[in-house]
Amino acid sequence: MSKNTVSDRFRRVDVDEYDENKFVDEEDGGENQLGPDEAEVDSLIRQGNLMEALQAVLKNPPINTKNQNVKERAEGLVLKVLSSFKSSDIEKGVQSLDKNGVDLLMKYIYKGFERPSENSSAVLLQWHEKALSAGGVGCIVRVLTARKTV
Amino acid sequence: MSLYSFGLEPLSCHAWNKDKTQLAVSPNNNVVSIYQKNGKEWDKTQELTEHSGRITGKATTALFKRNLKTHLFKRDGVWKPTLVLVRINRAATCVKWSPLENKFALGSAARLISVCYFEKENDWWLSKHIKKAIRSTVLSLDWHPNNILLAAGSSDLDCRVFSAYIKDIEDKPGPTAWGAKMPFGELLLEQKDCGGWVHSVSFSPSGDQLALVTHSSSLVVVDAAHGKEATPLTTDRLPLMSVLYVSPTEIVAAGHDCVPYQFSYQGPGQLSFVKKLDIPKQASKGSMSAMQHFRNLDKRATDDDMNDLNALHQNSITQLRVYSGERARIEKYSSVSLDGAMVVWEFKVTVIKGCLVHRTAVK
Repeated sequence: MSKNTVSDRFRRVDVDEYDENKFVDEEDGGENQLGPDEAEVDSLIRQGNLMEALQAVLKNPPINTKNQNVKERAEGLVLKVLSSFKSSDIEKGVQSLDKNGVDLLMKYIYKGFERPSENSSAVLLQWHEKALSAGGVGCIVRVLTARKTV
Repeated sequence: MSLYSFGLEPLSCHAWNKDKTQLAVSPNNNVVSIYQKNGKEWDKTQELTEHSGRITGKATTALFKRNLKTHLFKRDGVWKPTLVLVRINRAATCVKWSPLENKFALGSAARLISVCYFEKENDWWLSKHIKKAIRSTVLSLDWHPNNILLAAGSSDLDCRVFSAYIKDIEDKPGPTAWGAKMPFGELLLEQKDCGGWVHSVSFSPSGDQLALVTHSSSLVVVDAAHGKEATPLTTDRLPLMSVLYVSPTEIVAAGHDCVPYQFSYQGPGQLSFVKKLDIPKQASKGSMSAMQHFRNLDKRATDDDMNDLNALHQNSITQLRVYSGERARIEKYSSVSLDGAMVVWEFKVTVIKGCLVHRTAVK
């Protein structure tokens, strides 16, 4: 056997990177997106004004940014708000959102499913059920097809 | 409405000949079957097998493609192939004849559109390529009624309108709402980030509006008469695969939900869902024996004997085509789906008391 077969470093080359026709997603300047305002949301939760907290936490979603910390912070905040809702109020919460709000909520829900913590999945499943009846399967399809997500 | 079943294989596309007595369908392989209408049944008259790849569309003469060439079938009683060299290095995905049928456009995975026309001098088909701005596979095409403009939906999430003006075979076009200068390959509209792959595009009868459906379960209408403004409508259903403008304001679209839907566009910002066009037949629950009842409960945890979807098609609809009626008032359209069946639907417009125009769709 010749010397050439000894090294297998060539197997680790990512050939797609060298493809000139590679499809690159368009960059949308996302550096300014900081996610929902933590202070505002926290104060609203403390006041018990959960509907407002829900609206506030769905503002400024960090969709275009590449900064993972911002995204994780946003997700944590959303989870906090969703967990503070009483089960019976979840439906009202979903009703108070418009179409885009429901789509965004569904994106956060699925993001939350990705990293389950103690009780998060149970809460998220309740929200998922209500969001599904409001947004339909189209809403879930949009979570799956979105190239830039929270 | 009438349903015809062509076996169990999914049908990827279909096309009618001019007087609608012949239908060509392609189950998901490289054979096209031509069926002749014989009363209520369809008789297979010919099978065309000389090509290697999926058929994706045709018209009065048939077109198949894959790789570097396109076979054009000309009809003299029997379909015969003619070769068209297209010079693409990836698969062809979609094809559409222009309204005057003097040229056709071929979309491909080679990120380009090939516009082919017949050059009389040398008695062969030539092709010209449109490559500008396309970054991924072209999934769908539609011609503007003026025979010059071409809309292309692509998997790079964008929809574009190009000029496919071939000066060798046609006169210079007059200005339209989409633009005045139209040299070949000119990009007149780039609708970016439609949300998902653009599965199907359709111009309105006047050509001033363009409807497109995407994989993100939404329908968008771009209105050239109002500054190329785009009005999106997100649906809460599964993605639509095919869209058809049936009148100046009504749009029919169908897809993975297995039923056609009707939408209405009245102007910028006024795109709305009208209704589902498949009225499910009333399920007649025949008397079930007690034995069957418990057997169902055991097997399926339900005593419901319904195995079928409550709709005509039992699987995703892959394509809609005009069946009869002129462009501005389609009377009938046909759909094929993955369940191997083709259905002809009627679209009725009825006028009530002379003032309100009430549209219903009757199967």
